[in-house]
Amino acid sequence: MNPPPVLPQTDAANGAPAAANPPSDRADLRPESINDAVIRLAGDSQDGIQSAGAFLARLAGRSAQDVMTYMTIPATISGGPSIFQVRMGTGEVLSAGDEADFLVAFYQHSYQDHIGCLKEGGVLLYDSDNVEPDLDDKRFVYVGVPITGLTVEALGGTAKDKGKNIFILGLIAKIFHLDVDKLKALITEKFAGKDESIVNTALMAFQAGYGYPVGNVLTKQYRFEPHVPKEGERAQITMDGNQALAYGLIAAGVRYGAGYPITPWSSVMEILRSELPKYGGLFVQAEDELGAVSLALGFSFSGYLAVTGSAGPGISLKTEAIGWASMSEMPLIIINVQRGGPSTGLPTNVEQSDLFQAIFGGHGDSPRVVLAASTVEDCFYIAIEAARIARKYSTPVFILSDTSLATRIEAFGEPELKDLMIDPTLDLTPRPVGFKPYAVDQITQHVPPGARMLDGKYPLISGLEHDEMGHPTGSPKLHMAMTAKRRNKLRKLAEEIPAPEVYGDQLGDTLLVGWGSTYGPIHDAVKLARENGEKAGALHLRHVHPLPNGLEKVFAKFKRIVVVEMNDQGVYGFGQLATILRARFCEPKIESATKTDGLTFRVKEILERVFEGRSFAARKIPREGIPTVHTDTSPENVKSLKEVVPQGVG
Amino acid sequence: MSTENTPTNGSATATATATPPDATLDFVREKLTKKAITADHPTWCPGCGDFAVLASYYKVIEKRQLEHEKIVTLAGIGCSSRFPYFVNGYGAHFIHGRAVPLASGISLARPDLHVFLFGGDGDGFSIGGNHLNHGARKNINMTYFIMDNFVYGLTKKQTSPTSPIGFKSKTDPTGAIDQPVNPMKQLICAGATFVARTHATQVNHMVQMIERAMDHQGFSVIECLSECVEFFPGAFDSANPRKGGAFALIDEKKWDNTPEDELRHDVTDELAAYKLAQLPFPGVFGVFYESDRPTKNALEKKWIDTTREKLGNPTDLQLLQKTFDRMK
Repeated sequence: MNPPPVLPQTDAANGAPAAANPPSDRADLRPESINDAVIRLAGDSQDGIQSAGAFLARLAGRSAQDVMTYMTIPATISGGPSIFQVRMGTGEVLSAGDEADFLVAFYQHSYQDHIGCLKEGGVLLYDSDNVEPDLDDKRFVYVGVPITGLTVEALGGTAKDKGKNIFILGLIAKIFHLDVDKLKALITEKFAGKDESIVNTALMAFQAGYGYPVGNVLTKQYRFEPHVPKEGERAQITMDGNQALAYGLIAAGVRYGAGYPITPWSSVMEILRSELPKYGGLFVQAEDELGAVSLALGFSFSGYLAVTGSAGPGISLKTEAIGWASMSEMPLIIINVQRGGPSTGLPTNVEQSDLFQAIFGGHGDSPRVVLAASTVEDCFYIAIEAARIARKYSTPVFILSDTSLATRIEAFGEPELKDLMIDPTLDLTPRPVGFKPYAVDQITQHVPPGARMLDGKYPLISGLEHDEMGHPTGSPKLHMAMTAKRRNKLRKLAEEIPAPEVYGDQLGDTLLVGWGSTYGPIHDAVKLARENGEKAGALHLRHVHPLPNGLEKVFAKFKRIVVVEMNDQGVYGFGQLATILRARFCEPKIESATKTDGLTFRVKEILERVFEGRSFAARKIPREGIPTVHTDTSPENVKSLKEVVPQGVG
Repeated sequence: MSTENTPTNGSATATATATPPDATLDFVREKLTKKAITADHPTWCPGCGDFAVLASYYKVIEKRQLEHEKIVTLAGIGCSSRFPYFVNGYGAHFIHGRAVPLASGISLARPDLHVFLFGGDGDGFSIGGNHLNHGARKNINMTYFIMDNFVYGLTKKQTSPTSPIGFKSKTDPTGAIDQPVNPMKQLICAGATFVARTHATQVNHMVQMIERAMDHQGFSVIECLSECVEFFPGAFDSANPRKGGAFALIDEKKWDNTPEDELRHDVTDELAAYKLAQLPFPGVFGVFYESDRPTKNALEKKWIDTTREKLGNPTDLQLLQKTFDRMK
C-alpha cells in the first residue's frame, strides 16, 4: 500500500472555515457578493457529477439557502453524457435556471453541448486534460484546470481518475467561498459506514481541489449573501421528488405497497421496500405491473390503504385493475412518475403526456381522482392529500409526478411531522344491522375483513355491477344509480377543494395555467413578465381531476388564459389540460402552449410561447443570443435533425 | 351490543376510528352453520361439477368452525370464479387472472385471515399463469382451489390451456393442436409447497384435500377435475367409478417401516411427485407434493421484526423524524 500522500497545506486544511479567511487586500480578489448562482456540471454519468451536485444542494439546504437542481441521466446503463445543474440562492428559487453562470466541462463533448447554456460573461471551468475550448469566443471567462491529472496525482493513481467529482467540489468550494467544514461533514456522512480509506480518499480529493491556486487564473471570487433567518423559520431538509413522495406516503400512514421496476419510478419503491418494514409494513416487488397493482389492491382490501406506481407504460398495464378499483370503490394510491412516451419513448426525459391516461385511462365510466405534484416539497404534501382523499372517498387516486421532480433535489422547510402523521389502525368495530357497503345515497367506506357484521350479512367486493350489498345485478336502473354514485363522490370532492390562489396579478391580461412540475418556470415567467409591465398571473392546479369548483370566476378576470404544459398540442391544437379545461368551461379564450422536446421548460421558452407576437416578447426577452431549443416539430419548423433532437443536452 | 362507537356507513375514515382489537371478542360466538355462510343461489348450469366444490367448501368451514368474519373467499373471472357470490363472508370477485396477487396482498398484510381462492383453468394457467408461478415461488400463504374443466365455459366453449389435443372447440374446430398444461407438473416445478389433485364427484376426498391445504403453511394448490356438462361433458368419466372409470388414490407413505411402505409415495419427494404427474390421464389423485419451505409471510415478518428490534421499536413519528434529521 502506498503511503498516504501529504495533504496540500492550505488555510482550510486546518479546519478554519472558508468564511473566516481575511478578505484579500487586492480589490480584484475580493469575493463578489451574489444571491443567486447557477452551476452546471457536465460530464459522463460514471463521473459522479450527480453526487457532487447533490453535495452542493445539501450544503445549500444546510445553509438555509434555497436550492433547486436539474439533472439529466442518459438512458444507457453506464456511461453517456450527463449533467447536474444546481441553482443556489439566498432568495426564493423557483426554477433550476435557464442558463448557467458557471459551467464545469469534463470532456470536449460536455463543452460543445453545454457552452450554449452558459450566460454571457459566465465562467467556463474545464478539464484542460480533456477539453480544448475555443478561446477566441470572448463571451466567456476561461479557466483551464488539469482536473484528471491533478486528481490522479492527489489520490496516488490507485483510483484512476475516480474522484474528479470531489476534486471539482473542492474547487467550487474555493471559488464560491462555500462552508468547507459543512461540505467535509457531508462527504464524511456520505461515505460513512464504508471503508475508512474511502472517506480519506474523498477528503484528499476535496482538499486537492480546494487547494488548487485557482486565483491565478480566475481573478474573481464569489460569496453568497448570508441568509437571514425569518422568525419561526424551520430547518430545511433536502431531498428529491421520489424521496418526498415516499416519505409523504409514510407520514400519511401508508404502510403497504407493491411495484415493478421502471425508470423513473423505481426509487420510490426502493425507498419504500427498505423503509416500510421499519414501520411494521411491507412493500413487495411483484412479478409484473398487473401483479403489483393487484397486490396493492389486496393490501387495500385487507384494510390498509396501499400504493402502487410506475411510469406510463406500467400504468397502462395496471389499467384494468384500476377500473376494478373504481367499480369496487377500493381506496388505492397510484403514482405515475411520467416520462416521455408513448411506449418506451424517452425513458429518462420529462413529459406531462399521461394526464389523459390518468383521468380517462380505463374501460367504462371509471371515475378516479388525479392529483399533480408541483414541486419536490409538494410531492411530500400531495402524498398526504392523496391518502386523505383515497380514504375519505374510497377511491383510486393518481399522483402524477415526472422525471424532473423525481431526479431533482430541492431544499424545503421541514414538515411539522407531529401534526401530519397518520396512524394506520384498522377499524374492526362490528358494523350495525342493515349495513350496506354500497348504499346508493352514501359514500362507500371499505370495511376490512375481520370486522363482524351484526346482522351476519357480509359484503362482497365486486367488479360486476352490483347492488347495495355487492351482489351482481344486471338491472339497468341499478347500473344507472351506481354509475351516478361513483361519479357523484367526485363532484362532492370538487366542492370541498378550494380553487388555487392566483400568483401575481389577480386581474389582468394573461393568466398562465399549469399543472405539475412546470410550477417553477411558470411562476418565474410571470414574475419576469410583470417586471416588464405585463398584467399577468399564474394559476397552478394540484387537483387536476376533479377540478376544484370556482375556476370560472378566476378565468373571468383575465383576457387570455394560456395553459402551459409539456405535451403535444394534439390533433385539435390543444395540450391535454387545455383540452380538458376547454371541454369543462366551453371557454374559447383558453389557449395552449406546449412542447415535446423532453426537457423542462425554460422561463424564456414560456415567455416566448405566451407572448410571441405580443407586447412582451416584442419588447424584451432576457438573455438574447442564446440558441433556442426547437420544440415544435411541425415540418415547417424542422431545420435539421440535430436541432430538433436534443443531443444529450440539458 | 352498543352501537355508540360503531361508525355509520360513510362517516369516519378507516384509520381515524382506531379500535382495540379485543372489542370484537366481547360477544358469544354462535355455531357457524351452512345456512349462515350460504349466499346467492349458484348460477352454474345444472349438473356442473362446481356445485360439489361449493358444498365441500361449506362442509370444511362448518367442520372447522372458522370465525365467520375472518373467512375471505376470492376469485378471478370464469364460471368457477363466481364462487364468492355464493358464500356469505368477506370476499372479492376480482379481474381475470389476477386473483393470486390480490390474495397475496391480503395474506401478507393480515395473517389473522383465512385466505381461500377459487378459479378455473383459464384464470390459473392461462391469463394468470405468471402470477401462479410467482405466487408458488414466493410461497405466499393461501389455499388456491382450481376447478379445472378443460374448457372455457363462461365464454361458451373455446380451447383452454388444459384442453387435450384433439378437443374440438369454437377456436379449434378441427381439434386442439397445442400441448396442454400439465397442472401438477407445472405447480411442482413452480415451487408450490402443497400440490394436490381431486375430482368433483368425490366430495369426501375434496373435503380432505381442502382441509390439508388450509392446514399447510404456504402456497397450497388443489387441482380439481370439475366437469363442464355443457361444453365438455364426460371429460372426466375415466376417473369416475360411477361412470365406469377408476378414481386411483395416491398411496402415501405411513413411515411404519413395513416392506409395503417402501413402495408408497413420499410427498416430500419432488422427483417422485413429478413421476406421478407424468402418468397418463386420468392419472392419480391425492397429495402429490408437500414441503415446509418457509413462506414469504414468515420471511417478511422476520425481516420486519428484526429491523424494528434493531431500531429499538421506535414510534412512527420518531422514525420519520430521525430520517428527516439526516436530510438536514
